[in-house]
Amino acid sequence: MIKQIISLHSFRGWFFIFGLFFAAIILLPVFNIFVPEDSLLHVPDYMFPLLGKYLCYAIVALAVDLIWGYTGILSLGHGVFFAMGGYAMGMYLMRSIGKEGVYKSDLPDFMVFLDWKELPWYWYGFDYFPFALLIIFLVPGLFAFIFGYFAFRSRIKGVYFAIITQAMTYALMLLFFRNDTGFGGNNGLTDFKRILGYSLQDPSTKMCLFMMTVFLLFLSYVISRYIVKSKLGRVLTAIRDVENRVMFSGYNTLHYKLFIWTFSAFLCGLAGALYVPQVGIINPSEMQPANSIEMAIWVAVGGRGTLGGALLGAGVVNVAKSWFTVAAPDYWLYFLGILFIVVTLFLPKGIIGISDRLKKNKDREILND
Amino acid sequence: MISEEKKIKDESIDTRHGCILYVENVTVSFDGFKALDNLNLYVDDGELRCIIGPNGAGKTTMMDVITGKTRPDEGTVFFGQTLDLTQMTEYEIAHAGIGRKFQKPTVFKNHTVYENLELALHANKDIWTSLLKTLNNRQKETIEGTLETIGLIDQKNMRAGLLAHGQTQWLEIGMLLVQDPRLLLIDEPVAGMTHQETEQTAELLTSLAGKHSVVVVEHEMDFIRSIANRVTVLHEGRVLAEGSMEDVQNDPNVVEVYLGS
Repeated sequence: MIKQIISLHSFRGWFFIFGLFFAAIILLPVFNIFVPEDSLLHVPDYMFPLLGKYLCYAIVALAVDLIWGYTGILSLGHGVFFAMGGYAMGMYLMRSIGKEGVYKSDLPDFMVFLDWKELPWYWYGFDYFPFALLIIFLVPGLFAFIFGYFAFRSRIKGVYFAIITQAMTYALMLLFFRNDTGFGGNNGLTDFKRILGYSLQDPSTKMCLFMMTVFLLFLSYVISRYIVKSKLGRVLTAIRDVENRVMFSGYNTLHYKLFIWTFSAFLCGLAGALYVPQVGIINPSEMQPANSIEMAIWVAVGGRGTLGGALLGAGVVNVAKSWFTVAAPDYWLYFLGILFIVVTLFLPKGIIGISDRLKKNKDREILND
Repeated sequence: MISEEKKIKDESIDTRHGCILYVENVTVSFDGFKALDNLNLYVDDGELRCIIGPNGAGKTTMMDVITGKTRPDEGTVFFGQTLDLTQMTEYEIAHAGIGRKFQKPTVFKNHTVYENLELALHANKDIWTSLLKTLNNRQKETIEGTLETIGLIDQKNMRAGLLAHGQTQWLEIGMLLVQDPRLLLIDEPVAGMTHQETEQTAELLTSLAGKHSVVVVEHEMDFIRSIANRVTVLHEGRVLAEGSMEDVQNDPNVVEVYLGS
């Protein structure tokens, strides 16, 4: 088992990954604490939640790549799983505000505002972190499992599946927008004060959350890599290419699709749960159809079917987004659209495909010599 | 490990009456057109059977029915005495021991030749085994041996999409071999093959009969003559004639269908 894990990458590959990992969890904090603030090398406090947010998106990109890039099932509803994990964490954070809300009540502010007298039953248990943790993993996974079971059993594929997932995320968004649903309506859950007793305003809490995110992204990556390198991963790509042949070879493709679909939802839920304490809010706009489409674009831009590509795509698109929404907010969607078209037409293998192409050109030059 | 082997043995097919496949009174219609019309076909255990017939005779539909891809409107299909194939899914049928080679060669183009065989290999095919286990030595030997048989040992790390047409056909046959089925359904195995490759294929299929039962659908008459002892002629979804190649060729009905009156 350990041998298998080591063989996931070459020595150089592992060196690179561990390099990034330690740079993130050691160098960044060091540059934050020990380098004086007026120095160019100083990493400001606000960088940690910002980078943490990107890393959460990177986990989502891994999840989307597993199901789309490797298995060929395009989901345009992964925002739902992300939001579910986020809401579960948000509910815990709401409960740990205690009586420090605006209305000084034991109930969350929005419930007082709606004149609710007691906590709805589905909020029970969220006072306890372990319970919230359980829900973070259970609810997105279970929801995906049930949805996937019916969709895959009916052999819904391709565009039809993508449309159904869009409908799913839209329907749930409308549900969460309603005040009666009990999740804060269109304002969502916000004004969090602390997590596990530590103040969320405190820079060291922010740094810790960032380090947790780095670690969990690393773990998600290694597990995903293990999956795609195992025989199971080869069955998944075979399903993507010719599902019939896989069935006639004696595989129950329903089980395989359901497994990777559920695992993918599970990763998204985890990402959502890490995202909320760092960004400080979760609301139904996370379930907008456009959000889920954007997730697919990250993967397409970075390169489908390579985990590194998915991570790269999430980074590139989101950094561009952060820049655009400050410099030219009106043009962001145009840019995203153009980017998607350019990538689809000229870079079917995404950014990561460029290096392959360059390598091939180099090989050709060598051959020509 | 022992229990796994035992399990595979227990799944063995009841062929005490000498027959391995019973297709009885099968009718399949698509929008009123009867692709199969009250078809009856029996294949003996260990037999090599050829099926011929003009286009639209129902050969591929028959294969679809046997492998669970198409459900018959009427009739029964039994594998051995006990397994009712019309009640089973594609992967259950494959697991029970029926392997299929498609008319259009279908291999996993983005996988290497070796990985193609690995995926087809007769083994436990549930998700946890696929996730946690790697090939054991015996399985590796089986794959290497099959690579020799199909003559692709030098191409084993090549992407299957890069193989020549004939090699792709052979790879698909190799995938059937490692699957180790009791019954092989082979749709047009020599389409696009050179003369020499055709001869080799004929040799391979003949050597398989006995240990496996083989049903071959083919248009290429010389090829059929070189391998078949029993031929079934399908026409308009029904069996028109059955017997040795010579009998069938001299059957007036067959002559009429093939040459026109």
